[in-house]
Amino acid sequence: MRTLDELLHEHEFFKGFKPEHLELMAGCATNVIFEAGEYIFREGENADVFYVIRHGHVALEIHDPRRGSIAIDTLQENDVLGWSWLFAPYQWHFDAKAVKLTRAVAMDGKCLRTKCENDHTLGYLMMQRFATVLADRLQQTRLQVLKLYD
Amino acid sequence: MINLTPQLTTQQLTDPMQPEPFRVKRVMKESYDTFTLEMEPVNSERLFTFAPGQFNMLYIFGVGEIPISISGDPNQPAMLVHTTRIVGAVTKAMSKLKAGDVLGVRGPFGTGWPVSSAKGCDVVLVAGGIGLAPLRPVLYQMLAHRDRYGKVVLLYGCRSPEDILFRKELEKWRARFDLEIFVTVDYGDSDWHGNVGVVTKLIPKAPFDALNAVTMVCGPEVMMRFTAIELQKRGVQGEAIALSMERNMKCAIGLCGHCQFGPTFICKDGPVFTYPQLQSWLAQWEV
Repeated sequence: MRTLDELLHEHEFFKGFKPEHLELMAGCATNVIFEAGEYIFREGENADVFYVIRHGHVALEIHDPRRGSIAIDTLQENDVLGWSWLFAPYQWHFDAKAVKLTRAVAMDGKCLRTKCENDHTLGYLMMQRFATVLADRLQQTRLQVLKLYD
Repeated sequence: MINLTPQLTTQQLTDPMQPEPFRVKRVMKESYDTFTLEMEPVNSERLFTFAPGQFNMLYIFGVGEIPISISGDPNQPAMLVHTTRIVGAVTKAMSKLKAGDVLGVRGPFGTGWPVSSAKGCDVVLVAGGIGLAPLRPVLYQMLAHRDRYGKVVLLYGCRSPEDILFRKELEKWRARFDLEIFVTVDYGDSDWHGNVGVVTKLIPKAPFDALNAVTMVCGPEVMMRFTAIELQKRGVQGEAIALSMERNMKCAIGLCGHCQFGPTFICKDGPVFTYPQLQSWLAQWEV
């Protein structure tokens, strides 16, 4: 059976992380499984975790009283789910639903923030990776709001 | 390095400025604002040969003439097929045509997709919205000669699940083991279980060998610009990226100048170009 730091090492997001950093982060990690249709988190709930998706398909949704749930993005294997754990007030902005069976590693945000505070090299690495994720998502969102195909 | 050679033009109808009457055989509604016309020549028994990516000028008598890419199967030259969206007076009139109605056709015009240069390579088609229509003939061509190509991947993005073109065909192709089809929509409702996000998002994970891939991109210009950037990030050479451009084509033979884009005429030198041919012009505000 693979250890949590091995699972993290295999994930695209952690490519290039040193083994000691992976080992350190594995202390904040838990293996999780979500059934198809299960909500991983809901808008407004405390964001004290992020997920490293190993397998599956997750939809980020906004609920509109008239139109119901609207999927605005989907995430899959090798993506990370959630960045609200990084910034106060640490609350989710959207709903996240497993569209099909999803396996992930849940990373405890509080635990990670403490480790990043104590080890700034790790903190810088994490910020670098999340900045890339955020920049990619921002770029995609900009194109999405252009309604290109109209 | 892969060098793309645009497909040479095929035999045109007798006089390039003289519309030939074609009779509508069938009209198919693809989505609430998109439809497909199947047509046959009225007067001649000649077959309509074309290269995937070429376009025709379609003339609705008394309304006007517009350029539309051919969306049918190049291996079925007895039937001329066009798919278009209702965006103006001519396409609106076209959407009201019924089986038996007649319209004028000039063509085929322009360069085609680099299907021959793609032999032995992985082929990645990136389509946005109605941009799937001009790429469909490439898929037909590749399926007819499947052994000539490596992986064949289609990345298709559109507004919503209701806007997906050729849905039944996409489902059929998805079931094949020798095609990789990925569809994404900008917004999905709770019944949609597929990808959500822009089409460029599919590129990093698409299964193809970037160093040995020929890519063909068709869609709105902004989408094509960002797709080319994303393909290059993935490792695809600029020379291996082909784009299909759209402009206000009128004469379709490079005489009137309406479709001039930098040093080229889209109707005559295109509509299919390699990315390096267009790169410096694409970001210009006015050309």
